[in-house]
Amino acid sequence: MSKTILEIKDLKRDFQMGVETVHALRGINFNVETGEFVTIMGSSGSGKTTLLNILGCLDQPTIGNYFLDGVDVKKLTRDELAQLRNRKIGFVFQSYNLLPRTSALENVELPLLYNKDVSVSERRERAMHALESVQLADRSDHTPSQLSGGQQQRVAIARALVNEPVMILADEATGNLDSRTSYGIMALMQELNQTHGKTIVFVTHEPDIASFSSRTILLRDGMIQKDTKNEKPRSAKQVLAELPVTDDYKI
Amino acid sequence: MDILNLIRIAYRALQRNKLRAFLTMLGIIIGVAAVIAMVAIGQGSKQSIHDQLSSMGSNMLTVSPASNLNGGVRIAGSSFQSLTQKDIIALQKQVQYITEISPSITSRGQAINGALNWPTSMQGVSPSYLDIRKLTLKDGIPFNENDVTTSAKVCLIGQTVIDNLFPGGENPIGKVIRFNKIPFQIIGILNPKGQNAFGQDQDDILIAPIGTVQKRISATIYYQNIYASAANENVTDAAVTEMTSILRESHRLRSNEDNDFTVRTQAELINTLSATSGLLTVLLTVIAGISLVIGGIGIMNIMYVSVTERTREIGLRMAIGARGTDIMLQFLMEAILISITGGVIGVVLGMVSTWLVTATLGWPTIVSESSVVLSFIVCAVTGIFFGYYPAQKAARLDPIEALRYE
Ligand SMILES: Nc1ncnc2c1ncn2[C@@H]1O[C@H](COP(=O)(O)OP(=O)(O)OP(=O)(O)O)[C@@H](O)[C@H]1O
Ligand SMILES: [Mg+2]
Repeated sequence: MSKTILEIKDLKRDFQMGVETVHALRGINFNVETGEFVTIMGSSGSGKTTLLNILGCLDQPTIGNYFLDGVDVKKLTRDELAQLRNRKIGFVFQSYNLLPRTSALENVELPLLYNKDVSVSERRERAMHALESVQLADRSDHTPSQLSGGQQQRVAIARALVNEPVMILADEATGNLDSRTSYGIMALMQELNQTHGKTIVFVTHEPDIASFSSRTILLRDGMIQKDTKNEKPRSAKQVLAELPVTDDYKI
Repeated sequence: MDILNLIRIAYRALQRNKLRAFLTMLGIIIGVAAVIAMVAIGQGSKQSIHDQLSSMGSNMLTVSPASNLNGGVRIAGSSFQSLTQKDIIALQKQVQYITEISPSITSRGQAINGALNWPTSMQGVSPSYLDIRKLTLKDGIPFNENDVTTSAKVCLIGQTVIDNLFPGGENPIGKVIRFNKIPFQIIGILNPKGQNAFGQDQDDILIAPIGTVQKRISATIYYQNIYASAANENVTDAAVTEMTSILRESHRLRSNEDNDFTVRTQAELINTLSATSGLLTVLLTVIAGISLVIGGIGIMNIMYVSVTERTREIGLRMAIGARGTDIMLQFLMEAILISITGGVIGVVLGMVSTWLVTATLGWPTIVSESSVVLSFIVCAVTGIFFGYYPAQKAARLDPIEALRYE
């Protein structure tokens, strides 16, 4: 039994740049069911980030409605939105956005700091657990500058997971990484999606990455051009295993 | 977000820029230290003035010639001559609240002992003066009424004059010194009293019978002051009234004429001086307070820099669920931490410098608890006040814009 988690109705987002109005999104309709793994694709400037920011309750649509888990986001206050981001959404950014000079563990703990229901000891424990799930438990006391790009992104994913969100939003989470590391991230995403039932919306440029998802939405000039179901998504784990060992050195 | 976390986050942020945090604190440190030291010095001098005046005898009354309108021209009190022996006799006859009375004339001059000389003052008084002023002799004997009437050339000597005229340590009793060419035999040594409330050396004095000074030194029939002792502290006001009416009668003043003298009680003098030194304290405190405000502006400045520097961090925190209030508190806590730490260091520095002032300059000081508590509160308030706007700026940032910030 799948339940609709995201519901978007005739969504428009305009940016006012002086006298000019930029129409970043020009009327978008789609629903996402719980447990789906959706990739959003499109050329640069097509409105992917704008859409994801709205889905993540970081931004509000100019026109149209957005229901998250049945709640009309437009009706929420700034603080309620913050609370919603904290409890229901895990955000993964293209540029990792980890706090510098702060250990991996403390970076992962960050969302729990803003959750009153979590005690200090529970916070430690859950952060450690999240780091374990991205295989970085042994690096918990490393600061971002002591980690590789892929490791930093895994810390960022652990941070997105730590509050046990219902939905993970990722904006070009593999954009800065080589293909082997990207596959590693995708394998992690697939695992989160398949074994933990997290809904994932993943923005990417690369069709290669999109092939790991169960559905792909193609944006063009702020409109949905194509919305295709992928009946047989590739397994990132398998692709990773089949990758030649010397692959890294060839490119 | 609980307070412990807030403190930890703020502490971390400051730790990353230790020097900058310290320089920011410096304004507060100096401000608080200044407030504490200034108040301590002010309070100390106030207390010592009070103690000294009380030790002079809290039931002492002083009569001075007053300025008076004379054909519309106001004449300075000191140049006005109205107190004479007639007044003393009138007072001695009629008073009931007053136990002792002494006239006083002071004259500046050169005291000479052989080849040594020293500029000092000679005060002519009656024997009761020592009781009124609570002066005591270390050695020798006081002069008596007979010495006054015979204008005997005897005097009592203060410690400072001894130090300058008898540097060898010999006993001055019985020795003859000259004051304005007149020879005086020293018959007694005054116990040292130190500086008075005005910073004058009270031991730089020769005390002689009033008749002697009047005839041989000043050649005047007028007194500069009349000192008196009220029977006890509670009747000083009654004594003032009594003296005033006797003196008015003695001066033949009509009821529509102003007094040509003033009668002051010691309590009045204490109040006047306390008020003056209180004003000084207020002034010093205001100056110190201004430096605190400048310190606060320093905090504000650095907090704005901090908010700008950490725009991305703010954006991230908001994106993962921090409310505006959380961000606000985070930066406010940072400002408060700076100001409170600065305050603690300032309190310590203020106490140390107060102690140094007493140790090196010998100034009396009192570090009052209230000034410590007050400057501490002011610090916290300064932190909140000057940290508020930068913190609010941070709290109002738009998460997306903040995340994009380069
Ligand atoms: N804050 C803003 N102010 C003005 N215009 C904006 C703003 N954000 C986005 N836009 C405009 O909206 C359009 C869509 O931008 P968006 O960032 O969503 O594109 P994108 O699909 O994420 O592109 P990319 O693949 O390069 O990240 C662009 O034309 C962009 O210039
Ligand atoms: Mg984008």
